Amino acid sequence: MTISQVSFGSHQPVLEVKNLTVQYVGDTRSTTAVDHVSFSIGTGEVFGLAGESGCGKSTIANSIMRLLKDPAKIAGGSISFGGKDVLAMTPEELRRFRWQDVAMVFQSAMNSLNPVLTIGEQIVDIFTTHAGYSRKESMRRAGELLELVRIEPSRLKSYPHQLSGGMRQRAVIAMAVALKPSLLILDEPTTALDVVVQQEIMAQIKELQRELGFSVLFITHDMSLMVELSHRMAVMYGGRMVETAKAQDVYASPRHPYTQALMGAFPPLTGPRVPLTGLPDGVKFRNIPDLAEVAPGHFVAPFDADTSVVNSVNLEGAAR
Amino acid sequence: MSHSLMTPAAVSTTGTPALEIRGLGKTFPIGGLFSRDSVRALHGIDLSIAKGEIVALVGESGSGKSTLARCVARLEKPSSGEILIDGVDVLKRDRFQASRAFRSKLQMVFQDPFGSLNPAHRMDHFLRRSLAIHGRSGGTERETQRRLEELMTTVGLQADMLNSYPHELSGGQRQRVAIARALAVEPQVILADEPTSMLDVSVRIGVLNLMRKLRDEQGISMLYITHDLASARYLADRTAVMFAGELVEEGESLDLLANPAHPYTQLLVSAVPDPARAGSYDPVRRAELRQAVMASTHCAFHGDPNQACSSEEPVRHQVGDPENRHWVRCHLYRPWAAAGSHALVSEPTQTSHPASNAHEEASA
Repeated sequence: MTISQVSFGSHQPVLEVKNLTVQYVGDTRSTTAVDHVSFSIGTGEVFGLAGESGCGKSTIANSIMRLLKDPAKIAGGSISFGGKDVLAMTPEELRRFRWQDVAMVFQSAMNSLNPVLTIGEQIVDIFTTHAGYSRKESMRRAGELLELVRIEPSRLKSYPHQLSGGMRQRAVIAMAVALKPSLLILDEPTTALDVVVQQEIMAQIKELQRELGFSVLFITHDMSLMVELSHRMAVMYGGRMVETAKAQDVYASPRHPYTQALMGAFPPLTGPRVPLTGLPDGVKFRNIPDLAEVAPGHFVAPFDADTSVVNSVNLEGAAR
Repeated sequence: MSHSLMTPAAVSTTGTPALEIRGLGKTFPIGGLFSRDSVRALHGIDLSIAKGEIVALVGESGSGKSTLARCVARLEKPSSGEILIDGVDVLKRDRFQASRAFRSKLQMVFQDPFGSLNPAHRMDHFLRRSLAIHGRSGGTERETQRRLEELMTTVGLQADMLNSYPHELSGGQRQRVAIARALAVEPQVILADEPTSMLDVSVRIGVLNLMRKLRDEQGISMLYITHDLASARYLADRTAVMFAGELVEEGESLDLLANPAHPYTQLLVSAVPDPARAGSYDPVRRAELRQAVMASTHCAFHGDPNQACSSEEPVRHQVGDPENRHWVRCHLYRPWAAAGSHALVSEPTQTSHPASNAHEEASA
């Protein structure tokens, strides 16, 4: 069984990423941000990508949207969406691909709204530009869209600063699903929000996902949130994938030492209070090998004393 | 360090608290120049922190947590109330602005380590200034240098980082420098306003552990302000819950989060993602709770015809064992709902209200 065959929902993958390699090319040296990463997302599946800052999560999202700018270069691999090769698209094809096929909600997306235009004008923009509706029709649909995320349609006349952080984030999510994309990429959608609002937004996304049936690529460093929302998930470290399995399996039995450390970085809300160490000082994984299947649908990068080099770099050094 | 995690830390509950807040209130004027309207940001806050105790203050954005911290740090002038440090009301002593003596007792660590360190200066500068302003530099250059290195070691950084600029350090390292800067003054209380929310997951626990170590080794009291209940439970001896500018519930962290009595606390607890109890909260019920809590800015059930709720100020009820120092301020709380607890109100038991249901749910 290959990785791409293990997916929730339909076996027909919406998105297939194979051996993706992305490099940031500098004058004197280059960094490989994403190193031979493969995964696939099935129809209606929520796939989570976890890892700390700098592990390449957002670079993958930007590669899928073809948003990478110099000095980032896709050095190898393929991305196919519904059978089409994303890396070979012409600018015109890309314009249609973005938003209509794949939409993305960025980190701190609530700050990505234009402060001098009303919410309504910004949503109408999407419909007139990408779907070619008339202004009147667009306005009607914009109202429906806001209702979908439980915001009063009268708020169409509001400017972004008149909405709370949670409302702005919901408006951005509404805009992302405006054209009923088949894949929604969520890059840390709730990082700047507090727990109650975060929980509401996640419930909203789940509901929209059930209603509209799109697939989700969910990127976050919050493991508990990820396990709650995702069907399948992958953990990344230093541009490599170290573990991928059903979210519940990863939660119940994390195999790779890095996954275990990442799970251990969150204090639990129940049970006895035990000291946590977070990521142990100076454990660095190098030369992470390719994933191997250890249980049905559970893939882990083999690790031994050679791959986990313990040295005296301190904690933040390892995290950077 | 680990021993104090298991047992409630040896805090002196008797004696003068390190920091005591009595009836603190703050209103902000709103509207135009001639408007007399005001918004009540804080109302009647009573909170005391014993020497060597960590108290967490939790609540949503907009609940007034940060306003409270800013008032206590005297960055904002409270409208009413008293702030006592070592039993002395600092608002009376220094009428117009905080004195240096006050600042040397109480220091703040802010949320954003990227914004709180001037990018044009080296780490050395921040710590040296703290030492110099508060007369802790020890007189000789050699003594100052020794202090600087000691501070860096205390917060778990290498002494050679003293020569780095903020942009050369990671978020976690910067937050450690911000903590070292507060420590340089040898304060009695540190107010930490969401010190870990901007940090990467992998370094959060490290900063929390550092804060605990400072308490254990140097007996510094802390007010830890956060919206992350799990970290409050991990770090703090006691947790206070803030809602709409008032403290609504307070108690030993483990007890409070296991048996939340106030509807708002229940809402907060239910919102924390935790795979261990996935599905234990019904989203419909949670939405109803949210609706009820948010419908009013004063009391969650004020004005709800189905709920017998008075418009008078709610009284404090003891929740469970007095040892847990757990109390709640809610008209709906009925002590009989929890077995073996102490009755403070003499009303008949009514089992159909949310506050009592929660007990069954929490213990299930």
